[in-house]
Amino acid sequence: MKKHVVVIGGGVAGLEVAGQLSHSGIEVSLIEKESKTGGHLNNWYKLFPDRRKSSEVKEYLDRLSQNQGISLLTNTTIEGFHRNRNKFLITTNKGKELNADAVIVATGFDLFKSARKEEYGYGIYDNVITSADLEEKFRREEIVLVNGSVPETIGIIHCVGSRDEKVGNFYCSKLCCVTAVKQAIEIREQLPESKVFCFYMDMRMGGAFYEELYREAQEKWGVNFIRGKVSEASETIDDKLTIKVEDTLAGRPLKMKLDMLVLMAGMEMSDGGKKIAGIGGLRTGENRFFAATDNHTSSNKSNIEGVFYAGTCTAPMNITETISHARSAVLEVIDFLKDGKS
Amino acid sequence: MVSHKMNNFGFKISQGRQIDYDSNDRRIANYIYEREPSFRLCIECGGCSATCTTGNHTKFSLRELHILIKRGENKSVRQDLKKCMLCGKCTMVCPRGVNTRNVVILAKQAFQKSDEYAI
Repeated sequence: MKKHVVVIGGGVAGLEVAGQLSHSGIEVSLIEKESKTGGHLNNWYKLFPDRRKSSEVKEYLDRLSQNQGISLLTNTTIEGFHRNRNKFLITTNKGKELNADAVIVATGFDLFKSARKEEYGYGIYDNVITSADLEEKFRREEIVLVNGSVPETIGIIHCVGSRDEKVGNFYCSKLCCVTAVKQAIEIREQLPESKVFCFYMDMRMGGAFYEELYREAQEKWGVNFIRGKVSEASETIDDKLTIKVEDTLAGRPLKMKLDMLVLMAGMEMSDGGKKIAGIGGLRTGENRFFAATDNHTSSNKSNIEGVFYAGTCTAPMNITETISHARSAVLEVIDFLKDGKS
Repeated sequence: MVSHKMNNFGFKISQGRQIDYDSNDRRIANYIYEREPSFRLCIECGGCSATCTTGNHTKFSLRELHILIKRGENKSVRQDLKKCMLCGKCTMVCPRGVNTRNVVILAKQAFQKSDEYAI
């Protein structure tokens, strides 16, 4: 009899897992809370570091997961999660009951809700937007202010919701720095007359070709990098924004008027993930992401035998890492189904 | 007769700007570390100095002050400390949860208690 695996979450990790498992002859039920799969990938314009279109990766995932062995359940959430001997009984919001031999949790991340950093004025000042909002403007190829005019000076604030005790996030989301660099380049590309300023605490360019992209931003696109954490933004009478920052390398406080402010929202454990952690009794770490049993050697294994993790539900990851992590989850599941041990 | 009076070319010996870490006195820093362990958590982001009421009007950087205390550059710190008005905005913005206001208070205390630096 064919084995059946329930995959929770239809983003990059979930699609990769579902596709690979079904190619190995395992039946998959892929549960997605939205009306379509793809997760955050649907919202991005181009991907760092090579700035290819995100739709290309989505096409790959769609090809991979177009398989008769996958039954896709969209607009579906999980309301019940029980283990009965070697089977899992999963109940959906539509009252459907699924019997699974193993479960892969791929619930991904949520972007930090930038309005929580009130001092930056997201949701208060019109021209303060998030990195996700900017991606949408890129896709429409229309970077304009609320009054319809084109911004001349744009500030990018790194670490919004990351490395910040005041919002309870001690960790580094690790992808916002390179996203800021990518977006700075894209702004300059679409608005050649504009000036872009990145305000950073540290430039964390720890990925393949990230440092090169940073250099390109400086060298080819003239992006300005100022080391310092912006303490607050306020609106001026002429609808511009003023920011206060210390230029820590100059050792002097600095204020600057900007037309637009982009907040690099960090990554947090998703609400969907938190809910499943609660009903499934899955362990989470201090950073609220799912905690694997061993960060080095078993980063896919949960505290419950037969339940595995894939992707950013365990930590911030880029797409390359997410796909690799998803594939290793597939290996773990196949191994588990073979001998019934995890 | 030729005068041997020295010509004044305007040269003088300037004070070195180098921090002599080994010979500096870090008792002030240690006093603060013991009483306010969050003092160790600073990552030099400058959020405190950006919002600082004093720093926006006079030459004063709380971030720099913290670093100079840690390095034992006590003379300049002693002078700079007087500028802080203890408004506490720095503590509100600190992403690392450093009780920056208390650091200033403890530094003042430490200077008062020290024979060498007390007024």
